[in-house]
Amino acid sequence: MAQPAAMSGAADAYTTNPPRELPTRRGTELGLLAFAAVIVTSAFMLVQANQERELSFSLIWYGLAYLAIFAVAHLAVRRWAPYADPLILPCVALLNGLGLVMIYRIDLAREQKALALSEEITSNAPRQVLFTVLALALFLGVLLIVSDHRTLTRYAYTFGLIGIAALALPALLPSSLSEVNGAKVWLKLPGFSIQPGEFAKILLMIFFASFLVAKRDLFMTAGKRVMNVELPRARDLGPIIIAAVVCLGILVFEKDLGTALLFFGIVLMMLYVATERVIWVVVGLSMFLVGALIAYQLFTHVQQRVANWIDPLATYNDAGGGYQIAQGLFGLGTGGVFGTGLGSGRPETVPEASTDFISAALGEELGFVGLGAILMIYLLLAMRGMRSALAVRDTFGKLLGGGLSFTIIMQVFVIVGGVTKLIPMTGITTPFLSAGGSSLLANYVLIALLLRISDAARRPQQPARPRPQSQAPLAEAHTVMVQRPPAQGQPGAVGEGGRQQ
Amino acid sequence: MNTPLRKVGITMLVMVTLLLANATYLQVVRADDYRSDGRNARVLLDEYSRERGKIVSEEAGQVLAGVEPTDDTLQFRRTYSNGPLYAPVTGYYSVLYGAGGLERAQDEFLNGSDPRLFVRRLSDMITGRDPRGGNVRLTVKPSVQEAAYQAMVANGYTGAVVALDPKTGDILGMVSTPSYDPNKLASHDAEKQQKAWEAFNNDPANPMLNRAVRETYPPGSTFKIVTTAAALENGATADTEVTTASNVTLPGTSTTLENFAGNTCPGNTLADALAYSCNTAYAEIAGQLGKEKLEETAANFGIGLSDLQIPMNVVPSGLGELESQAALYQSGIGQRDVRLTPLQDALLSATVANGGVAMKPQLVKALLAPDLSTIEEFSPEELTGEPALSAENAAVLRDMMIASEANTSGGGKDSSLKIASKTGTAEHGSDPKATPPHAWYTAFAPYDDPKVAIAVIVESGGNRGLAATGGTVAAEIGRATIAAALGAG
Repeated sequence: MAQPAAMSGAADAYTTNPPRELPTRRGTELGLLAFAAVIVTSAFMLVQANQERELSFSLIWYGLAYLAIFAVAHLAVRRWAPYADPLILPCVALLNGLGLVMIYRIDLAREQKALALSEEITSNAPRQVLFTVLALALFLGVLLIVSDHRTLTRYAYTFGLIGIAALALPALLPSSLSEVNGAKVWLKLPGFSIQPGEFAKILLMIFFASFLVAKRDLFMTAGKRVMNVELPRARDLGPIIIAAVVCLGILVFEKDLGTALLFFGIVLMMLYVATERVIWVVVGLSMFLVGALIAYQLFTHVQQRVANWIDPLATYNDAGGGYQIAQGLFGLGTGGVFGTGLGSGRPETVPEASTDFISAALGEELGFVGLGAILMIYLLLAMRGMRSALAVRDTFGKLLGGGLSFTIIMQVFVIVGGVTKLIPMTGITTPFLSAGGSSLLANYVLIALLLRISDAARRPQQPARPRPQSQAPLAEAHTVMVQRPPAQGQPGAVGEGGRQQ
Repeated sequence: MNTPLRKVGITMLVMVTLLLANATYLQVVRADDYRSDGRNARVLLDEYSRERGKIVSEEAGQVLAGVEPTDDTLQFRRTYSNGPLYAPVTGYYSVLYGAGGLERAQDEFLNGSDPRLFVRRLSDMITGRDPRGGNVRLTVKPSVQEAAYQAMVANGYTGAVVALDPKTGDILGMVSTPSYDPNKLASHDAEKQQKAWEAFNNDPANPMLNRAVRETYPPGSTFKIVTTAAALENGATADTEVTTASNVTLPGTSTTLENFAGNTCPGNTLADALAYSCNTAYAEIAGQLGKEKLEETAANFGIGLSDLQIPMNVVPSGLGELESQAALYQSGIGQRDVRLTPLQDALLSATVANGGVAMKPQLVKALLAPDLSTIEEFSPEELTGEPALSAENAAVLRDMMIASEANTSGGGKDSSLKIASKTGTAEHGSDPKATPPHAWYTAFAPYDDPKVAIAVIVESGGNRGLAATGGTVAAEIGRATIAAALGAG
């Protein structure tokens, strides 16, 4: 399907002389969304068929809610980002839909268990639908307000400050207001709780991208040369190092190792892209190793995580030991290549199956094939984001788009790697799949920004505007007669366009 | 900036590839290790939530162990109709404690994982029906089982009754008392299950022990069937003269071996010795036969078989070391180290009844698919391949046993039953004279066309204490069982 599109795109480049309007491909997006809806509906019916042996009305409600959400999202993209990449939204719809199905499926199992023990449980699926609706609202808001991603640079420092504050807030607040299940990363408000760290991730990324772009040239030229490498001056690098260290400090204090790992990866990646120097990755990784060794010496919970990683079966019975990971591995192993089938496994055996361990649940019921497919959807999503970053014309857009795309894969790597025992387990959410409001809201914001950047990348170039005359060096500038604007002294469109660049 | 972005793109590709490679390792290479880990509750839960096959009796297919749908996670609960009565036959099936008895021996077939059910499983998969286990049809006849159990329980006896079809080896009844209710172990309430398990295991009466096949006892005089068979096979006849002395001194010792109550024997032939159960005569016969001949005949009766499965494992019976002439004397009357399971004791009569050939006892008649079509039917097999005694000698021994029955008192006598039998009163314990003896009775009937062979043991004298004998305590139960077996056809 991609093949003819690419070919016609290449053909366009050669055959059209004047810049012609690119196809928006919104129809493609609609078709792919329908495809995702078919897959998700089938998955829902499988779960119902395997679990309850009859189709209930909840199927219709969940189905309609799902269709409505992505119909609205599609219309919003059609209206406000018509040139956005047509694959991004369908990927998100499929992931979010599969997440909903699995959360609903685990709810069913939990309800059965609770029934047997005559306990009460709160269902996650209706909440997740509600959060998806809220996330959609936020998505629409971001698309509408951020009509050009470059405007974000204006508020970069503000975003940076808010981000650090949001990250620090749970650490500063008493545990009663910020701790859930031992993780001090929450902000408990009456009625609901949010994880400010999820949003801080995006705010800080905007700050880093903006800051790095602004100082980019300085990094590469203004510093000393040491062993063939241009080292930036401390005052140029200062803010970003401070911001990164503060973030990591907070996260270590909050025992949120997963988010710390995620942040570290993102900062390193952005630094590398901005400076185009591999040495930053080498330095960063060395620092990370040293930091990890120190953390291992200092914190028992880090030692525990490592022990659970090396052999979860050995620490199976210890408090805080490998029980959860082992159960996840048992589930993945039981699923095997083709899985037990949706609704036929026992993913609820694993603690936190609908949040941290949802990838184990999917791997159990859909097997390696299903888990692999989900990973490929993530890769597709991130690669489309990366493609937009490559195509977009401004450096801020490139850096932010690259960072956002990398964030998706980094999150998946940290959590799925943890669940599958590739790396030590650290609790973060699986984007779009896990039950959890904050993560869903934040990741929809991320997608809105990515769509915005891809819209900018694929939008045909405006017909060349008359060059503003002020571009000439002041000393050589001629005196130009400018007609005074007719009323209220507003600046003309020409001047505005020049400033934005 | 595009070059580093492309490299980041490649990095993302590598990261996802790493995840995929690791998932392959987990879900393809190591999958079986994780799947079969004992701590993986999934396999067990799956097995327990599958509709387990039923265990049904031979006659009219009465369901002894069935399933009942539940609304908890396990979906099906095992139910035992008349649990304590059939517990030695069915065994138990518990989520916490696993399976025991036949439930364990036939577990793969009952839970549906047996390869013989593979084709059915495939068709279940295609038709979308949940896989179900196969059914097991037993050889047990409810009328026999009930009569034997009622007779034991009515008297409060501890012991066992085994009834066989001598021609096929089919186990018609297998009772062990006191018994237990496997329904309590099949409960899905973990606490109830645990309580029942502890109560059964802490009970000094040991209700979960299947005395019929899992316990051995000194057989006492019932063992004289073996000694007689060995003598007949080695040239003796019914009229061979034997000693009538009231006691003999064991060779090489100063210990004497006495007849019951110190009597002299009323007759001096081998036939009389069996009919009146003369210990002295048999001690000398065993002594004259020697170790090898006695062992050979015993082996042909099945004594000493260590891998007998019915399909539950049967503990081996044995003669002991027979290290001296004295030991041989004592062993000839079924004392010293001779130990038989009640099943083996029933096989003694069954072998005589079947013209000297022991048939392999079997509890399972047929394996049935979930739709009740027959998958495998078991045909009778010989137990050892060697007849224990010739058909002629078997007829001689049969007549001797008919005479023995005529001399046996006890309740339930009915000449229309045509019983040939042998009683036993076995001393045991560290102070045999002060310990109530085990009362034995082994018999077959009708003697002109044997349809049933039985063995009864009542541990430690039943309700008669020291005065107990096989005739007074065990015979009544044996006759009741035979009556039920013949009455039922």
